[in-house]
Amino acid sequence: MTDVIATAADRAARATPPSVARRVRGLSDRAIAWLFVAPTIFLLLAINIFPLIWTIRLSFTNFAANRPNREVDWVGLRNYERILTDGDIWLSMQATAHFLFWTIALQVLIGFALAWLINQKFRGDDLWTTIIVLPMMLSPAVVGNFWTFLYQPQIGLFNYAVAWVTGADPSSFEMLGSVTLAPWAIVIVDTWMWTPFVMLICLAGLRSIPESIYEAAEIDRASPWRQFWTITVPMVAPFLMLAVLFRGIENFKMFDLVVQLTGGGPGSVTELASINLKREAFEKWRTGYSSAYAVILFVTIFGLASIYVKALNRVKAR
Amino acid sequence: MTTRRLMSSAAVAALTLSAAGAAQAENLTLCWAAWDPANALVELSKEFEAQSGHSMSFEFVPWPNFADRMLNELNSGGQLCDLLIGDSQWIGGGAENGHYVKLNDFFDREGISMDDFAPATVYAYSTWPKGAPNYYALPAMGDANGWFYRKDWFARPEIREAFKAEHGRELAEPTSQRELMEIARFFQGREIDGQTRYGVSIFTERGSEGITMGATGALYAWGFKYENTPGSYDMAGAVNSPEAVEALEFYKELYQCCTPPGYTNAYMEQSLDAFKSGQVAMAMNWFAFFPGLYADPDTGGEHIDFFVNPPQNVPASTLGGQGISVVAYSEKQDAALEYIKWFAQPEVQAKWWALGGYSAHNSVLNDPGFPDSQPFAADFLKAMENVQDFWQEPAYASLLLAMQKRLHDYVVADQGTAQEALDMLIEDWTEVFEDEGKL
Repeated sequence: MTDVIATAADRAARATPPSVARRVRGLSDRAIAWLFVAPTIFLLLAINIFPLIWTIRLSFTNFAANRPNREVDWVGLRNYERILTDGDIWLSMQATAHFLFWTIALQVLIGFALAWLINQKFRGDDLWTTIIVLPMMLSPAVVGNFWTFLYQPQIGLFNYAVAWVTGADPSSFEMLGSVTLAPWAIVIVDTWMWTPFVMLICLAGLRSIPESIYEAAEIDRASPWRQFWTITVPMVAPFLMLAVLFRGIENFKMFDLVVQLTGGGPGSVTELASINLKREAFEKWRTGYSSAYAVILFVTIFGLASIYVKALNRVKAR
Repeated sequence: MTTRRLMSSAAVAALTLSAAGAAQAENLTLCWAAWDPANALVELSKEFEAQSGHSMSFEFVPWPNFADRMLNELNSGGQLCDLLIGDSQWIGGGAENGHYVKLNDFFDREGISMDDFAPATVYAYSTWPKGAPNYYALPAMGDANGWFYRKDWFARPEIREAFKAEHGRELAEPTSQRELMEIARFFQGREIDGQTRYGVSIFTERGSEGITMGATGALYAWGFKYENTPGSYDMAGAVNSPEAVEALEFYKELYQCCTPPGYTNAYMEQSLDAFKSGQVAMAMNWFAFFPGLYADPDTGGEHIDFFVNPPQNVPASTLGGQGISVVAYSEKQDAALEYIKWFAQPEVQAKWWALGGYSAHNSVLNDPGFPDSQPFAADFLKAMENVQDFWQEPAYASLLLAMQKRLHDYVVADQGTAQEALDMLIEDWTEVFEDEGKL
């Protein structure tokens, strides 16, 4: 077998035009590696690093992208100071934290439960898996749109379902119009849409656990409850943590679904940080201010994600 | 028509065509919002295409995205639009940032006089700085926020009797904001033809400009002013005056007492839907929609009538409408100016009104037959006499979004008091004007 490969390699080497071969032969492995990586690095620098550095620079100015003729002043840390002392920004951070916490908590719980059920191998489990993952295949704009109809107090199915269960009048509560219910309304929709994603990751984790471990536990007369806590949960934990990381990053920058559902309202109770940032950057055109805002959000996500990844690695190493 | 007239018309047409043939035929793109009058403009522009040899394309953007889309286009120096019918509030930014072509020389050269257009529309749609004779647009579409109601319900004897028994007066078009609320309360939750009906649909939208445009209908009627002295940016005592506080409290009460359930984020489209589906007795919306409403087979015609925004302390209406500008980044400015020249002609303006557009030309508005030409024409004239507009500053978007937030927080989300909302609005606006270097 080795001979066959060597012969094929020789043939390929002989087929290479002499000039190219000479040139490549003159390069070290390291140089060739750089040659392959260079386009990616260049693209990364152009698309990610340069805009990041540019944003940081703008964050210290009063630049407004819609006022190209206006003089740009260096304002030092003023933008950062204004953001960190702005009560409205903190309210939008609170709304983001509420959304993040509850969506992740619910999605992990329900996603894991669904994965566990699907993993029990029953007739039609593949069909059920397909049905369950359907919501995450839809566009957020479509989901947002049809949930606004479902939440409509006069004709919405959601209100009628709640009314049927509780006996309340369907028009007596407004999921998207009430200050207390709207933050929960967006949590429900995101959970409905993205729980299948968590379920799929958990299912991969559950199916990766060798059957022999459970057999050994049964021989040791471990109860199903003990098997669950000492085998299933620890072995699925890295997968769960990965799901939490993905959903956390995604939901920290949640925009489309919530804009479609509430537009940030009523008032500003569902105005998440990304919606607030978009308004500052592309509606009010306070480019310098919104650059500082973006830098603060970036540092927050990056910092939290780094800590989390370290924790994830520790769990995996156990 | 006499033979001589026919011959001279033919000669003019031939001259126009030969001139058009000599000039390069262009494809002009006109950008505007996607709504009923835009369709009328497409129809009207066919005449321009036939006369000039140029062809017209149209880029119509739905209202909720119109400002975002078009301002991005202008700010990026885009060449999508050769002509733009932009909102009145954009005129400051359009002029100061060099997005719009200044039209003074063109008007002088072509003999187009701004005296031929209604003064309120010239002031609001064309001039920057406000009131100065620097023109950046030709008034294209006069508009104001008005009201319409179910005339057939108002005429029913049993409803009239019930109203008279409750209020001791005849049920009729409201003559004040307070009367409007009284009528709205009367209809709220009332069973008519076996269905539950509601009082009014008003603007409560959060994302773009909705709640500001709706609430200013009440604020202006109470005598709201943006500044104590025009041009001074001296807002304390004007923006948060006792009258302004009372007006804002009124708007919130109207929202709470008399709108259909779930009416928390409603603008033009939702208002039209609420009325056309028979949910509400009265609704606010822009006059631009009134021809379409009147033509509606179910709720138009004999079922509908219109009234101007009722006064409280003063007669006042919120200004809508737009001017038509030539985009400075267009490479077809000559052809675009040709369009404006054509559009400014009195006979074209008359046709514009006949097709459903709102001409601001005096020859149309001062025509003795105008008030009776449509059931809403007299109200339109009345509204345009007392229109008031939002800030038209280059930083208008920041000013508008601040007001959207404060009003929605107070009216819909029920947070704080009207006084607090207006006080905070002054703080927001002060910050914007400080950033602008105007304070």
